Amino acid sequence: MAEGDFEIPWSPYIYKESNRYYASVVGVVDVKNGTFTVIPLKGSKYWPRVGDTVLGMVEGIELYGWTVDIRAPYPAYLPALSLLNRPVTAGEDLRRYLDVGDYIVAKVEVFDRTTNPILAVRGSDTGKVTDGTVVSVSPSKASRLIGRNRSLLNTLVSMTGCHLMVYPNGMIHMRCPSSAQEEAIKGAISLIEQESRISDLTEKVRRFIASKLGETDVSSSA
Amino acid sequence: MLAAQLRPRLIDERGLRTDGRRPDELRPMRIELGVLKNADGSAIFEMGNTKVIAAVYGPKEMHPRHMALPDRTVLRVRYHMTPFSTDERKNPAPSRREIELSKVIREALESAILTELFPRATIDVFMEVLQADAGTRLVSLMAASMALADAGIPMRDLIAGVAVGKADGVLVLDLNEAEDMWGEADMPIAMMPSLNKVVLFQLNGTMTPEELRQALELAKKGIAEIYQLEKKAIKEKFVEVS
Amino acid sequence: MSATSDRLQTIVSNVKKASILKALERGVRLDNRKPDEYRPLSITLGYAKKADGSALVKLGDTMVLAGTKLEMDEPFPDTPNQGNLMVNVELLPLAYETFEPGPPDENAIELARVVDRSLRDSKAVDLSKLVIIPGKKVWSLWVDVYVLDFAGNVMDASTIAAVAAIYNTKLPKVEVNGEEVKVLTERTDVTPLAYPVVTLTAAKIGNFVVIDPNLEEESIADAKLSISYTPDMRIVGIQKSLGGAIKLEEIPQIEEVTRKAASRLFSELKNTFGVA
Repeated sequence: MAEGDFEIPWSPYIYKESNRYYASVVGVVDVKNGTFTVIPLKGSKYWPRVGDTVLGMVEGIELYGWTVDIRAPYPAYLPALSLLNRPVTAGEDLRRYLDVGDYIVAKVEVFDRTTNPILAVRGSDTGKVTDGTVVSVSPSKASRLIGRNRSLLNTLVSMTGCHLMVYPNGMIHMRCPSSAQEEAIKGAISLIEQESRISDLTEKVRRFIASKLGETDVSSSA
Repeated sequence: MLAAQLRPRLIDERGLRTDGRRPDELRPMRIELGVLKNADGSAIFEMGNTKVIAAVYGPKEMHPRHMALPDRTVLRVRYHMTPFSTDERKNPAPSRREIELSKVIREALESAILTELFPRATIDVFMEVLQADAGTRLVSLMAASMALADAGIPMRDLIAGVAVGKADGVLVLDLNEAEDMWGEADMPIAMMPSLNKVVLFQLNGTMTPEELRQALELAKKGIAEIYQLEKKAIKEKFVEVS
Repeated sequence: MSATSDRLQTIVSNVKKASILKALERGVRLDNRKPDEYRPLSITLGYAKKADGSALVKLGDTMVLAGTKLEMDEPFPDTPNQGNLMVNVELLPLAYETFEPGPPDENAIELARVVDRSLRDSKAVDLSKLVIIPGKKVWSLWVDVYVLDFAGNVMDASTIAAVAAIYNTKLPKVEVNGEEVKVLTERTDVTPLAYPVVTLTAAKIGNFVVIDPNLEEESIADAKLSISYTPDMRIVGIQKSLGGAIKLEEIPQIEEVTRKAASRLFSELKNTFGVA
C-alpha cells in the first residue's frame, strides 16, 4: 500500500515489513490527511476497541459479574459493580439483574493483549435492553453503516419509521411501530448483509422497502 | 487387484503431456468464496480435477485454556481426504500422510497469519479433499488461504502454490496424476507472492541441483499466474478460468 | 489435527537469543562451531544384537538407535519384483522431558516419512535385492528408528542411523524348492543398501543459516530446510519445516551450503560404509 515511514494509529489490518506497509485483510484503503487506514470488507468478528459502545448477549454468570458475548475473538466481562453501582452482597443472585440470554449495551472499558475485554455500564445510552428486537450483521458492514454511509441508515429509518441503533460489533437494535415495518427492515438488513457492493445499495434498499410497505417515505425528509 | 502397470509415456513427440498441456501450462482453476453459512470463512478451490473445500472458525477463545499460548494464536489445522476422493476408497481414519500434510500445511499458514494479534485464542482450519487428482496439499493450502481471507483474518499475504515435476526428464508445471505417479520428481512449493517468501517446500524423487534452480524459476511463474486469479476471486467472490 | 504447540517448552531467554545472533554476526556459534560445521559424529554398527542390522548414532548430544528386522512376506500386487520397505520413527519419552508416551505424533511421522522418501526415491535401498521368489515371496525390511536423546537435528541423525542399520543388515541364506522357502541361519554377505544417502538440515535464524542446528538453535530458528543427497550429489528429498518463511532466492544459496556439507559428510562416512 505504501512505502516509507508514517505515523499511523495501530491497526490489526495493517502491518509493516522493512519500510513497506501491507494490508492484512481484504478491505478498502482510506487515505486521508497524509495517513491511511484500512477498512475491512469481510469478517464476522469484532475487534474490541476501548471506548466503543457495544451490544452483547449475556452468556454466563459468575460470582461478581457476567460474561458477555460481544462477537469478538474473546468473551467480555461485565463486573456487577458497574451495573449495580455498589459491591455485590454475599450470596446475592445476580440473575435478578441480568440473566443468561439478556441483551446488554455497555462500553468497552479495558482491552489489551493480556486481558479479555472488560465492559462498563456508564451513561444513559447503556444498560439492559428491555424492548424491541435485536438482529446482527457482520461488524465490518456495521462500521460502514455508521461510518460514512449515513444515507443508507437514514433511508432505513425514514422509510420505516423504526428507531435503529447500530453498534460497531455488528449488533442492531430496532424498535418499530408495527410488525410490518419490522419485517421490512429485517429484510432490508438481510439484503445489505449479502450485497458486497455498497454503491447502488441505497437505491436497492429503497426499492425493497417500498415494495414491502407499499409506500415511500413515512417522514417528510428522505 | 491391479496388475503391474506399464509405465506410460509422459511427454509425446510434440512435447505435450498426457492431458495435452505444454510443460509450462497450468490446469484450469476455479475459486469460490463464502460457500458455507456456519463457518466464519470458507472457500472451494479447484485445479484440474482436484477439488478441496476449506472452512475457518475463529479467532475464538481457546479451550482447554492450558493449551493456549500467551503470545499468539494456536492454529488447529486438519487436512483430510474423503473416502470417495480417490479411485480406490480411502479409509477415513487419518493416515500418516494426512498427519504429515496437516503439519506441513499448518506451518505454511503460521508464516502467513499474523498470529501475534490474537494471543490466547485459536483459529481452526479444516480442509476436505473432495476430489484428488494430484496437488491436493497445495490446493488445500490455497483453499485455506482464501477461506481465511473470507473470514477477515489478518494475514501477510495470500498463499499461492504449485507442484513442479519431472516427466520423462522434462520439467513440468502443475503435475497431473499420471506425472505424480510415474514421473521422476514432485516438488510442491507455495509462496506469499508479494513478499517473495516460501511457506511450503518439499521434494520427493530426484533432481540435480541445476534442475532444482530451473524448477524454482518455473514455479515462480506459475505462482504469479495463480496469485492473479486469487486476487480476482476476492474482488468478485467467484472466478473461473479454463 | 495439527495444532501449534510449544511442545519443546524450551524457552530460550532473550539474552541467550541475542548472544546467539551476535556470535553468528562474527561467524561462530555458541558451541564454537562454524555455521557450516557438523557436530562430532559417531556410528556404532551392530549395537542391538538381536536386530538383523542396527546402528547407534551420536550426533553431538543427539542419540538415535536404529534397528532392522526382516520378515518374509508377499509383495504388493503392483510391485511383484520388489521387496517392501517400512520406516518408523519414535520420539521416545526418555529422549526429552516433555515427551509423552503414545503413538507417533506428527513430528515422528514427518521424520519417518522424510527418511523413508530419502531411502526410497534415491534407490539407496535396492528393493529388487529383497526378492526371494518373484511375485510370490519377498523380504519386508522393517526399519525402526528410536530417538533416545533429543538434542537438535534429529532428522539428519535418523537418516544416518537408518542407512547404517540397513548397511549392517545381511540377508539370510535361503533354500528355494519350487514354492517352498526355507530360511537358514547362515547369512549371505548381501546388504539391501546400494549406497548411502545423507540428509543435511539447515536452520535459518534471522539472516543467518547454520547446518546441523543444536537444540537451542532449533528452538529459535525461523525455518528449517532439510535436503537429502546421494553420493553423486543428486538431490533426493527436500522438506521445509517450522512455521517461518524463506525468501525464494535464499533457497539456492542454502542448497549450495548443504551440498558442500553433504560432500564432507560422505567423506567422513567412508570409514563406516567402505567405498561410498
